[in-house]
Amino acid sequence: MYSAADLRKGLKIAIDNEPYIITAFDFAKPGKGQALYRTKLKNMITGSTLDRTYRSGETFEPANLEDRKMQYLYKEDDHYCFMDNDTFEQIHINEAAMGDAKNYLIDNLAVDVLIFRDKAIGVDVPNFVNLRVTQTDPWVKGDTSGSDSKPATLETGYVLRVPPFIEEGELITIDTRTGEYSTRVKG
Amino acid sequence: MPGNWPLSKRRRALTERGAIFNKIRAFFQEKGYLEVETPFRIPAPAPETHIDAITSAGWFLQTSPELCMKRMLAAGYQRIFQICRCWREGERGVRHLSEFTMLEWYRAGADYFDLMDETEALVNAAAGVPRIPYRGLDIELALPWERITVAEAFRLYSDSTVSEALDAGLFDEIMVERIEPRLGLTRPTFIYDYPPCCAALARLKKGDATVAERFELYIGGLEIANAFSELIDPEEQRTRFEAAAAERSSYGKAAYPVPEKFLAALADMPESAGIALGLDRLVMVLLDAECIDDVVAFTTEEL
Repeated sequence: MYSAADLRKGLKIAIDNEPYIITAFDFAKPGKGQALYRTKLKNMITGSTLDRTYRSGETFEPANLEDRKMQYLYKEDDHYCFMDNDTFEQIHINEAAMGDAKNYLIDNLAVDVLIFRDKAIGVDVPNFVNLRVTQTDPWVKGDTSGSDSKPATLETGYVLRVPPFIEEGELITIDTRTGEYSTRVKG
Repeated sequence: MPGNWPLSKRRRALTERGAIFNKIRAFFQEKGYLEVETPFRIPAPAPETHIDAITSAGWFLQTSPELCMKRMLAAGYQRIFQICRCWREGERGVRHLSEFTMLEWYRAGADYFDLMDETEALVNAAAGVPRIPYRGLDIELALPWERITVAEAFRLYSDSTVSEALDAGLFDEIMVERIEPRLGLTRPTFIYDYPPCCAALARLKKGDATVAERFELYIGGLEIANAFSELIDPEEQRTRFEAAAAERSSYGKAAYPVPEKFLAALADMPESAGIALGLDRLVMVLLDAECIDDVVAFTTEEL
């Protein structure tokens, strides 16, 4: 059971017995008024979206999903293929159901495939993944502002802001919950 | 090499934040205000229905320095300001930090319209430029700013009147979803004359007891400040506190001790007005920051 204070982007809850994922979240509190938790939710089966505003005191059931440990193999057309390392069973998940997880998929990444009523409807990736920078402009020496960031493209094609000192070819850690740069992998 | 990137990339924002604080202090010194400090840890916060204090060894961390500063007004300090930390349980989002920085100032002999004028002057002094970009908006800071009543805002931007919204329990939802996003988009907006139930420490409007003398300032849809003509009747204030305490109880929230020393001091308090301004929010607007995290050195999560 979750309370309104637990709501955040990425949380999966049940509404009318169907699994929904929070795709956008905003905490609002008009002057002296009550806390309002504004969400955008995506139905993980149909892909349909809805906007809901909740108040403190409301409670939520977790989405009733089964996790299955699998490994990412490859992408084919608009499907992503995963394999169960124990049974060697392979399953396909379409791009629309992947959400942001597709930004972090590198070969052999261990993921949790989410199953609802025997159907794979999504993927959870680890909170932190290491990805290589394939393109970013060099740092201009002598720039002492210390406050700027720059865009970088990762091996998965994902583009994000990184510190100016990150160079092409470096391995960096991404926080997949926020999609943001976390740290540089040493060595 | 900057090791902590979130912290080092905020250097420009924190440098400008410091400069803004200096301008604010200079503004108040020039106007004859005394900078004061009051304790952060207090035995009894003002009982407000939707503001929860964090406990601290049997007492509470202040949710606002309001009660102590009003006791100073009652003791004859006529113009006082304070920049301090406040804490509110469970408030966290892109515009909220559970620990944040408040600017409060109080002025004897003033009412809420006087504070609107002073707030206009303060924000202009802090900004130092006549217009600012904020989240894709181009906001004119030169006077006059927009001033509309809560009733007008409901009429303009929603499908219901204030009393219909209150009866349906939808006042806050309509404010957040329909009204706030429309306020302060081309120039800052003061929205004023709130229903008395939304203004536990404000006096009722002279000549119209259906509203209280309270205003809020919005810039670019962001709530920046809240102000009152202060309620100075101890019996009326006690009754309002009891109503707020009963509401807190109906929500299953903890009761606070009654702030008796504050209530006793109210009898000596002059007619006055006071305002609380969220400084992190003002810095966000002046620096065009997307998230409150971008204008502080550390968030709670980074400790």
